Amino acid sequence: MDRNDHSSKIKHLYNRAGFGISYNALHQLSKRKIGSPVDQLFEQLSAAADLTTVTREEYDQQRLLLTALGAKKDYTPEEKLQRQEITRMQNQKSRALNLDWMQRMIHTENPLLEKMTLFWHGHFACRTNNPYFSQQLNNIQRKNALGNFKELLIEVSQSPAMLQYLNNQQNRKGRPNENFARELMELFTLGRGHYTEQDIKESARSFTGWIYNKEGEFEFNQKVHDEKEKTFFGRTGTFDGEAIIDIILEKPETATFICRKLYLFFVNDTPDEICIQELASHFYTHKYDIAAVMRKMFNSDWFYRRENIGTKIKSPAEFLVGLSRQFFVTYNKPQVIIQLETSLGQYLFNPPNVAGWPGGRSWIDSSSLMLRLKIPSMVLNDGILDFNGKADPEDEALIALNKKVKSNPPKSYINAKADWPKFISTLPKDQKPEQLAEFLLSPAVSTKIKEIIVQNTHPKNTAIAVTSMPEYQLC
Amino acid sequence: MERRDFIRKSALAAAGAIMIPAFMKPFEALALDELSLYKNLVVVQLSGGNDGLNTVVPFGNDIYYQMRKGIAIKADQVIRLNDMQGLNPNLAPLQELYDQGWMSVINDVGYPNPDRSHFRSMDIWQTGSDANQYLSTGWIGRYLDADCDTCKSPYTAIEVDDSLSLALKGSKKKGIALKDPAALFRNTNEALFKEMINGDKAHLDEDNLGYLYKTMIETSSSANYIQNTSKLYKSDAVYPATSFSNQLKTVSKFICSGLKTRVYYVSLSGFDTHANQVQQQSRLLKQYAEGINTFIKDLQQNNKLEDTLVVTFSEFGRRVAQNASNGTDHGTANNMFLFGGKLKKLGIYNAAPDLADLDNGDLKYQIDFREVYGTILDKWLDVNNSHILNKKFNTLDFI
Repeated sequence: MDRNDHSSKIKHLYNRAGFGISYNALHQLSKRKIGSPVDQLFEQLSAAADLTTVTREEYDQQRLLLTALGAKKDYTPEEKLQRQEITRMQNQKSRALNLDWMQRMIHTENPLLEKMTLFWHGHFACRTNNPYFSQQLNNIQRKNALGNFKELLIEVSQSPAMLQYLNNQQNRKGRPNENFARELMELFTLGRGHYTEQDIKESARSFTGWIYNKEGEFEFNQKVHDEKEKTFFGRTGTFDGEAIIDIILEKPETATFICRKLYLFFVNDTPDEICIQELASHFYTHKYDIAAVMRKMFNSDWFYRRENIGTKIKSPAEFLVGLSRQFFVTYNKPQVIIQLETSLGQYLFNPPNVAGWPGGRSWIDSSSLMLRLKIPSMVLNDGILDFNGKADPEDEALIALNKKVKSNPPKSYINAKADWPKFISTLPKDQKPEQLAEFLLSPAVSTKIKEIIVQNTHPKNTAIAVTSMPEYQLC
Repeated sequence: MERRDFIRKSALAAAGAIMIPAFMKPFEALALDELSLYKNLVVVQLSGGNDGLNTVVPFGNDIYYQMRKGIAIKADQVIRLNDMQGLNPNLAPLQELYDQGWMSVINDVGYPNPDRSHFRSMDIWQTGSDANQYLSTGWIGRYLDADCDTCKSPYTAIEVDDSLSLALKGSKKKGIALKDPAALFRNTNEALFKEMINGDKAHLDEDNLGYLYKTMIETSSSANYIQNTSKLYKSDAVYPATSFSNQLKTVSKFICSGLKTRVYYVSLSGFDTHANQVQQQSRLLKQYAEGINTFIKDLQQNNKLEDTLVVTFSEFGRRVAQNASNGTDHGTANNMFLFGGKLKKLGIYNAAPDLADLDNGDLKYQIDFREVYGTILDKWLDVNNSHILNKKFNTLDFI
């Protein structure tokens, strides 16, 4: 394998397993003789640090305030204000959590871990207006991101965010709520077509009593748990929730379903059933060890095939994080990142539904693409953002309270700063524009692009031009 | 020598023309004869869950007054449509349209197993899915995907907004979101953008890169077409100075200038009235009615009302009983408004909500919203609704 080929494979690995790579890191790794780059990626992993935007005290405080308010029938004007203040605080904390995660992704030393967390964030898609619950779920997804899928699945299923979102709080003996049981099988494990309506009904009874308490912790409530026999996938027993999960994981279809999603997220928008099956049997025989299946993927020859390099449309998160990481961007007004997330169609912590973001070409329409092409020059060159995303439907209550609706909101400055000296210091001296383009882009650099940048004397101009190309949307 | 050069050049030109993929053909060059065929659909989304019972008020029903002591609209304030229902006084500008036969109301539109989450219910309305089904394409998007004779151009569907709603996203084709045609025109005519899409056809494959280039070329082509067509038209109508009316003004400009777009999408938000509803809803309904009144009369003046159907929906209605803060909480079925010059059934389409027969405090739906979509698809957009809605829905006879 020649050096260039080797280097482009490492770049591909870091694009997919992380959020890109700096020029000097790529250069260092390409020179390394011992150990594979894949091993290196896993060796780098240090323990997952939780996001700590919302503290336990803040959660307790808000909960007590809400309990005190909720017990009343009519609010006094003062109480109304308190109620609004709580909602305002929650929204503010939710945004702060979002931004903290974005910053984590931009600056992390553990890119694989954050990328896997992003994958599980979309797989176990969930919405809650309680920022503490959001944070808990995100931390569960990070802690188990490369751990064992069974443990991840159980912790997610027992998280207040998911119990609330999928109505398991209302799932009681004699009055089952099937929402969780259905999504567990349809979206989290087996996929449509591998279970019956009867399996949903029976397993919903097994999850009765899985609730969270006032302290925001999982609790098994024996009193509302249905202890009678259930018949699930042809077996009969007094199965509890964990027993149901065990039976689901015994089915190889679960491994296939997860591996298909991993393939679509990390390899290619178009599934290749042979590769997926290869991953699935590895995942299954390794007892759902996530790190094992990811190593298998990154060590496969097919991962580095031509059709898998520079052909995936970056998600908005990958696009924004990659750009900010590559150019060491500081956002002086970080809220603008949320505006960009919503305008590009991936407001983290707010997936469209429990099925997550569909991904692939659905990220791109005329307006989102035009905005993507403009963002690099706005972020890297401190431009004006003349674009207002839609209100999230869940924010309608706030809008309703806000009496004056501005017909033309002011244009906002991105107010970000790229660290050009730092970026340029990572590059070799006298690098030709064409070589910089080859480094920044994953697809081949066309003659058109070469023509556009050939005259450039400063890497800054080349970098801005190249990142404004449609080719930069791919990784 | 000159002659040989000429021949060579024209041979090359001919070969070049053959090799240009179909979607590269400039749409501006299409014949203008199809112009008159275009029937327009304008979808108006009221976001947040508009309280239908205080919009079309069942003043003839005592239960309404019993359940809404703090927020009911008094019978003597209602604009009576019949003995049972009347409009909220803030909808006064609609009365004129109603009297002209340009408006009709469908009561109790909903779907089985209704969801009370804004996000999920809006998702269901925009995709046209069942309550337990997740679709990643919208109903208008799938209409674009159907590739019928009247939905081929990249500007078949336009949303007057900065970003595109799921409703207008198909798997192969998508609508265009634009708030200001001049701004999009400027962006697609920037030097770097033009340079990227000019000439080089190397990228126009079926892969993702080809898809990106194709989207850019179509956006540019559409931006030119929309700007050049619509800038010629100058409206005399004076629209109220609200952002909702501004959207309608843009739509009117597009329709009246003869743009070959079939579907327009606009929205008005803020309807999630959990507290002090009367004040907030009044303000929004007034904005809505004044905008619609100007818009419909503008279309009528320009002889476009016969070719236009306006449909208004919200993701859900609200509970029949008010809550303790003089507001209402999330409910289920809701009314829809239709406007146009070719409505078949004028006035109120079906029976008023039955407030004595509730489902756990909520209205039961009489009409599935996909029957409304199905009717529009079949009878207005001329496409078989079962292809778009994934199963056949009955059609209604409002058009």
